Amino acid sequence: MVKVSSFAELETLRKSIVARRDPQKAMITVCGGTGCHAHGCEKVAAAFRQEIEQQNLAGKVDLRITGCHGFCERGTLVVVKPQDIFYQRVKEKDVSTILSETVAKGNVIERLLFTDLATKEKITRELEIPFYKKQNRLILGNNGSIDPTVIDDYLAVGGYAALARSLQRMSPEQIIDEVKKSGLRGRGGGGFPTGIKWESTRRAHGDTKYVICNADEGDPGAYMDRSLMEGNPHSVLEGMIIGAYAIGSDQGYIYIRNEYPLAVKNAQIAIEQAEDYGLLGKNILGSGFDFSVRINRGGGAFICGESTALMASLEGHVGEPRAKYVHTAEKGLWNQPTNLNNVETWANVPLIINKGADWYSKIGTRNSKGTKIFSLVGKINNTGLVEVPMGITLREIVYDIGGGIPGGKKFKAVQTGGPSGGVIPESLIDLPVDFDELTKVGSMMGSGAMIVMDENTCMVDIAKYYVSFLEGESCGKCLPCREGLKRLREILADISEGRGEDDDIDLLENLSVALVDGSLCALGATAPNPVLTTLHYFREEYDAHIKDKRCPAGVCKELITYCINNEKCPGCGLCVKACPVQAITLTGKKKPAILDQEKCIKCGACYDVCKLCAVDIK
Amino acid sequence: MKKNKMVTLTIDSRKLQAEEGLMILDVARDNNIYIPSLCTNEAVEPYGACRLCLVEITTARGRERLVTSCLYPVEEGLTVKTNSERIASVRKVLIQLLMARCPDSEVIQDLAKRLGVETTPFPLEDKNKNKKCILCALCARVCQEVVGVSAISLVNRGVNRQLATPFFEPSEACIGCGSCVYVCPTHAIAMEDTGDKREVRWPHSQMEFKLRKCKVCGSYWIPERQIEHIAQVSGTSPDDYDVCFSCRE
Ligand SMILES: Cc1cc2nc3c(=O)[nH]c(=O)nc-3n(C[C@H](O)[C@H](O)[C@H](O)COP(=O)(O)O)c2cc1C
Ligand code: SF4
Ligand code: FES
Repeated sequence: MVKVSSFAELETLRKSIVARRDPQKAMITVCGGTGCHAHGCEKVAAAFRQEIEQQNLAGKVDLRITGCHGFCERGTLVVVKPQDIFYQRVKEKDVSTILSETVAKGNVIERLLFTDLATKEKITRELEIPFYKKQNRLILGNNGSIDPTVIDDYLAVGGYAALARSLQRMSPEQIIDEVKKSGLRGRGGGGFPTGIKWESTRRAHGDTKYVICNADEGDPGAYMDRSLMEGNPHSVLEGMIIGAYAIGSDQGYIYIRNEYPLAVKNAQIAIEQAEDYGLLGKNILGSGFDFSVRINRGGGAFICGESTALMASLEGHVGEPRAKYVHTAEKGLWNQPTNLNNVETWANVPLIINKGADWYSKIGTRNSKGTKIFSLVGKINNTGLVEVPMGITLREIVYDIGGGIPGGKKFKAVQTGGPSGGVIPESLIDLPVDFDELTKVGSMMGSGAMIVMDENTCMVDIAKYYVSFLEGESCGKCLPCREGLKRLREILADISEGRGEDDDIDLLENLSVALVDGSLCALGATAPNPVLTTLHYFREEYDAHIKDKRCPAGVCKELITYCINNEKCPGCGLCVKACPVQAITLTGKKKPAILDQEKCIKCGACYDVCKLCAVDIK
Repeated sequence: MKKNKMVTLTIDSRKLQAEEGLMILDVARDNNIYIPSLCTNEAVEPYGACRLCLVEITTARGRERLVTSCLYPVEEGLTVKTNSERIASVRKVLIQLLMARCPDSEVIQDLAKRLGVETTPFPLEDKNKNKKCILCALCARVCQEVVGVSAISLVNRGVNRQLATPFFEPSEACIGCGSCVYVCPTHAIAMEDTGDKREVRWPHSQMEFKLRKCKVCGSYWIPERQIEHIAQVSGTSPDDYDVCFSCRE
């Protein structure tokens, strides 16, 4: 690779890359994201490679392994260009047909298309699928079309133009102004205005200043940062370089969890390629600005995503938070002014510089601008990563994009913001989703995890689940979080196991307040959210557990019994086979089965297996 | 020495002058204003683990928040309330959590009384589980910051956290100086000298040390390992410590 040493050379390089590429040439893109890996995309890609070679098609068709499209549940995803035919659930065995039918003849293979559940219609183009229709994929958009390990792919779609523009035409102050004007707020959870953070770090006194990209992503269920890091690492890097220039930093770090091997690998490749071109390192694009980036792998503790714990961990200490009365913008990494932003935050920066703050700030709501990537999971038909403009309603996300609740079940609630977010009930389904609205109803944006729950979800059980998760992740430094979460979990366990007492609700509330007010860091201070929101919106469910020793959702084992419904049961014997402890017996042909309550361990296998819904939960 | 700038602040309606850089808790103490605390000691850096020293502040610009006074530096125009209703109710839960954690600790019981708390709603832990350790880490911090040997530390994360020597085994690094015993606010670490033997018992590990006899008075006065350490750090000979401090005067 030749070093690019001026802005003009970058444009020449870009033009030559684009000129070398024929937009009309057939191309097969295979999604190489972690989700599709689980579906066997490596085999699909290998099969394409082999077939293309064997059939001598290399001159006619290109193969490209791309980043994650977000619709992971449907993997392996394959797109045939230039027609943009979108195939889902592609297996190795489909490869030769795709080549012989679609690539060679232009025929669409119906069985590989996505079928709209509602209309039963087959859909050919990715963006016409309802899952994508209401999305606005400003940040994720290129993921599915570029090979993250090939910097030329990123350059071909206009990559590093924002960096060139920043270095060539903008002063650091102008960049900060632009980011401030754009209204960009941190995507890592807190929603702190990015421009203001940059400004504080720029103004802080220190010999060296650092910028850090937080790619720790410890939130179970959230994987947008991984997807960006894997699928479009240069967009994150470009954001960081622009930020470093604006802040006055010459050293950056990407703190990334070790459990994300592909993200680590692709980030490393991206750094090396950017260095080779001279987009990182000394005298970037001949501007006189120096900046380098190093990757640091985290051990995977949830708390290491917290800013001060992350910096301690980067320094080689135990990842424990400290009080932030002196901001990290003043004294962060090695006590130097440090600016930490989330992966998605950084990836927004090139867009803002390219299109301008005025354009950017037209997307979203009054105080939350741009888009946000959510990971939509749980009891929902279409799961995956969705990027939507701020202000979209929960209803649109759950029904239009998510396709509603499977199995004809009723929507009950959605948990946003990860384990320390809140549970939002159905009555608030028309809530516009942005930083402030989510906080107002007791939840938060957090990392952007969105877990959908149906009528079979018990709210006491859910609160217990999240509290146990956080209890396991508490670093243990401060008293309220360490001891308080343990007690919260114990009380919730008592309630869900039938030992709840009237005073427990007060106790849960008092403990929660002590955690919110007293904890050292935001892990402890936000941990009671699941408890407080479920108490607020689903109080009657707690009362049923405590007073009537009943779990209305039929989840808490100690409070339910499985019974055979004699009117519905034809004695088919499926449940008899399913029961692991032989608690069910048949008494004769066409006679209902009998369930021995003494033996029943309430595993629910019979309930799950019965096709006629003849097992009742009481 | 250059004197730091003075700032004016109000703590519980008292207008006070204080040196910039000091923490609210230090200034309150210097002025005989009581703020409960368990994890501070002037020998080490503030840490902010017990959260008992929580106070309510209003900054000069009118921003209100709760902060731990051991870590919050005084500033011009600050107004501090050390015992509002909100704080009292958080402190009540904190001390109740400690009462359940260390049911055997007189220090915790006395503090609870002082805070007007009689009982804890939480089930008591077995007395032998945590002993009297509240995990304030003062011992480990003194060992690291002052003694400089880091012989004991916090092991495990979160609810499983314990204070111990590495792998709960006798620590190579420990010099038996007893600084940890001295700083422990709840007397959770015991030290006993019998004859030429010193025993230090932490909540979950223990060690023995051989003591040196004073050539003059004959009392056993200092662990051999501490002498080795001092000799090494100060560049003196281990033989310089044959006479105890009292006999040397
Ligand atoms: C317990 C805890 C875990 C966190 N984990 C992450 C994380 O995995 N990724 C992240 O970007 N921010 C995480 N944060 C938020 C960071 O502390 C910090 O606010 C953020 O990285 C700042 O970047 P932003 O301004 O771009 O959002 C976490 C915060 C807490 C309290
Ligand atoms: S709130 Fe929890 S995670 Fe944060 S410092 Fe305290 S113990 Fe550690
Ligand atoms: S004395 Fe301030 S937190 Fe313990």
